[in-house]
Amino acid sequence: MSRNPYVPNTEEDRRAMLRVIGARSVDELFDDIPAQHRDPPLDLPPPLSEIELRRELSTLAARNRPAGEMPCFLGAGSYRHFIPAVVNHIISRGEFATPYTPYQPEVSQGTLQTIFEFQSLVCELTGMEVANAGMYDGASALAEACLMAASIAGRDRIALLSTAHPHCQDVVRTYAAGRGLGVDVMEPEAVALEGGHACLAVQQPNFFGYLEDARSLGEAARANGSLYVVAVDPISLGLFRPPGDYGADIVVAEGQPLGIPMSFGGPYVGLFATRERYLRRMPGRIVGRTRDSEGRTGYVLTLQAREQHIRRERATSNISSNEQLAALAVTVYLCALGPQGLRRVAEHCYRKSQFAAAAIASLPGYSLPLRGTFFKEFVVRCPRPPQTINAALLERGIIGGLDVSHRIENGMLLCVTEMNTRGEIDSLVAALEEIGR
Amino acid sequence: MTESPKDLKYTREHEWVRLEDGAAVVGITDYAQEQLGDLVYFDLPEPGTELRQFEKLGEAESVKAVSDLFAPLSGEVIEVNESARESPEIVNSDPYGEGWLVRMSVADFSELEKLLTAEEYDALIAAESEE
Repeated sequence: MSRNPYVPNTEEDRRAMLRVIGARSVDELFDDIPAQHRDPPLDLPPPLSEIELRRELSTLAARNRPAGEMPCFLGAGSYRHFIPAVVNHIISRGEFATPYTPYQPEVSQGTLQTIFEFQSLVCELTGMEVANAGMYDGASALAEACLMAASIAGRDRIALLSTAHPHCQDVVRTYAAGRGLGVDVMEPEAVALEGGHACLAVQQPNFFGYLEDARSLGEAARANGSLYVVAVDPISLGLFRPPGDYGADIVVAEGQPLGIPMSFGGPYVGLFATRERYLRRMPGRIVGRTRDSEGRTGYVLTLQAREQHIRRERATSNISSNEQLAALAVTVYLCALGPQGLRRVAEHCYRKSQFAAAAIASLPGYSLPLRGTFFKEFVVRCPRPPQTINAALLERGIIGGLDVSHRIENGMLLCVTEMNTRGEIDSLVAALEEIGR
Repeated sequence: MTESPKDLKYTREHEWVRLEDGAAVVGITDYAQEQLGDLVYFDLPEPGTELRQFEKLGEAESVKAVSDLFAPLSGEVIEVNESARESPEIVNSDPYGEGWLVRMSVADFSELEKLLTAEEYDALIAAESEE
């Protein structure tokens, strides 16, 4: 075995350890792996010096077109919102940036307090009674919500609207397959729940940016004895009623819009909230506030007895650690904005997207194929394939929308947030007009 | 270690059962509550639930862990101890009395033969403690 400067064990140490466990060699410990799969040759270029590596990475990074570099109208699950400087400042503190999941949690009072604040904010935002410390992302939170519903209802089918994000649908299918649960995808106008359906899961606003008829969908779920699971865009809650107001049993969200950069898809954080009566069925952990023997406020990690690192195969979910730093970013973001600030962000998104949609729809060849209220995203039917339009937009220094022509003929899903200026929207409209001719 | 009450039968999973008027009263042993620590929650079946012997009855959650509870006998749940649900700590303070968990009908009295006597149970926990 080659000497590695980062492995402190000597040959003698190794021999002593092997003697204790009764193995002749280190290789013997890997006997279960077929020989041809052990130590496969890695097809890697030779090592680089630090300066060469930096050059290499800079070259690779330069091939990316980051959203901040040019006007961006791409959303579809990952959103460009303004992040106040205080967010990065707070989460960069060493105490927050470096710790791993607290296994001796009560000594980490600062971390526990931030989790407690996070849970409180998620409850306030969603209109629910209890929230956990956060999940991996919005998609896994939705999947966990469906599993939780199956466990509460004692049923083995999940009903999911076809208008939920396709990636989230995939994650739900993956989680469901592992538990032997069936997934039925339904059109919003043709929901047909049966006795076996543990829940109806709905994304609000939906993948195309439009509001579902959340109240009547909830009534359909309730009438069938199914739980009502709602996945929300948290920014939209600055303007719209929280799901707690229209009968949701479990509310989940992708927390990324709340102070987390798009970062090529992660790390993100899932928000997860429910009714108090389901507290014991909730995956993940929760932090409680109490008083110590001297009457001082203390924060404690509770419900972790159901977690994987203690309960292994019988844990409520496979969540062990969580995306704590991302959850902290959400906490700082929401505290920095406050309810009024969040409302203003949501109003900007709403008004600017309505303005952009109306302007685009008035162009020859363009139309809005979907009806109803949308929040910050909408689908435009283009006179040509969206792929062609997007390429032409990029040539003009604009990142266009997502091609959804597999669902809606020549459909492009565009997103407008508070980050898009009037000038950017005007440039987009002008470019689309020119390209559409 | 105090000896387990002689008039009860025990499972290897640390439940006890006492026959009262032809029905079975079920709880967890003093040893179990001691091992679990402060109990905070019981997930117990609703009356009317049919269970087979050694089938999962519910869950006990303490500050340290969540453990499954098993039915010592086959039968139907007749009554659940609401006090144990509301104040799980009474199981810590009085596991054989106030801290009972469920009352069940007994489908087959011969199943009692598969349970441990107090002496056998004490021997079991003595062995477990030595490990």
